[in-house]
Amino acid sequence: MDPKLDLLYRLADDQLILGHRNSEWNGLGPILEEDIAFSSMAQDKLGHSLQLYTLLHELGEAEPDTVAFTRNAPQFHCCQLTELPIGEYDFSLLRHFLFDHAELLRFEALADSSYEPLALVARKIKGELKYHVLHANTWVKRLGNATEEAITRMQAALEFTLPYALGIFETTAAEPEIISSGLFVGEAELQRRWEESITKVLAQTALTLPDLRLLTPVTGGRHGQHTAHLQPLLDEMAEVFRLDPTADW
Amino acid sequence: MPTEAQILDWLQAVTDPEIPTISLVDLGVIREVRVKDDGGVHVRLTPTFAGCPAMDYMRRDVETTLKAHGIPRVTTEISLRDPWTSDMVTDRGREGLRRHGLATPPKLNGGLLDLDILEYAECPRCHTTNTELRTPFGATLCRAVHYCNNCRQIFEQFKPI
Repeated sequence: MDPKLDLLYRLADDQLILGHRNSEWNGLGPILEEDIAFSSMAQDKLGHSLQLYTLLHELGEAEPDTVAFTRNAPQFHCCQLTELPIGEYDFSLLRHFLFDHAELLRFEALADSSYEPLALVARKIKGELKYHVLHANTWVKRLGNATEEAITRMQAALEFTLPYALGIFETTAAEPEIISSGLFVGEAELQRRWEESITKVLAQTALTLPDLRLLTPVTGGRHGQHTAHLQPLLDEMAEVFRLDPTADW
Repeated sequence: MPTEAQILDWLQAVTDPEIPTISLVDLGVIREVRVKDDGGVHVRLTPTFAGCPAMDYMRRDVETTLKAHGIPRVTTEISLRDPWTSDMVTDRGREGLRRHGLATPPKLNGGLLDLDILEYAECPRCHTTNTELRTPFGATLCRAVHYCNNCRQIFEQFKPI
């Protein structure tokens, strides 16, 4: 695949799928503020996915709605972390923390991309992502220093989520060209920055970051291999579009 | 043929769909107005936040207003070329936000948006900065919720970005 398309599909699909998952907290959040926070982040992420699908459309791919709503799971390039069900709040919070730290650093790097249309979108998105990281840090620090039950649950969620989070950095065959053409600094460099960034925050909590070298990353998502959770999500998300592609609401 | 200054003046009547005390010009969302040789007008807008659901309403309001002033052909464009920052809100715009009961975003002056800035807000009622950030996500994407330790009241802020 063309390196630009390869990169853009991974970026856009992550945003769309995690955006949809975040929206599932609407009405279910443990407190009203968290209901609103996850719903707002969902809206941001859907907006970001639209910007990225629009770039794909400008490169000759189908319309954003068609790309978002008519593909099946094997055609999606999101990492598996984004598609897991929301589970308990501790898991959703740790997913949000681990994903958005990577996402902020990713879009800060993309702001210098040699592909100018992507750099423009990234300069916009990175400012918004600071709020996502601020939100994640606030709650990880609060619950990561709270009661014994909170700390135990947060630690368990961290250990469950980390192998999936390492899957964010799975590369494709286009990686060498993505780096050499200056499109993006590359996943390995991003992972290095990410480890530094999450380590700093976790050091301010009672949580322990396991040795990442001893973990096996959960990969496959970037190559269309997904968990059984993605297809039902896509079916639900596209239900109205598939009934009536011209529906407007 | 109207001048660009005249067009901007007419566009002062187009307000934010959710904050009627600030015009799109003073909000900084209208980035460029161009009068074309054939008398048509082109307006370039940029969203405050990328996922802002109000952009279609803003476009429509700009088109309707200029057509009502007799402009034959109005075209609009949403662009990230000159991306919005909260420093683009004019002084008159900041006054409009305060009249709506919203705290104004602190000036970034081209500096980096750091976490300290995000947590800072001046209470729109008593003007103290003895306030704390309750949640960076409010009723709309562009608002955060703070608490004033003097007034003992929640207030909303137009977010710095």
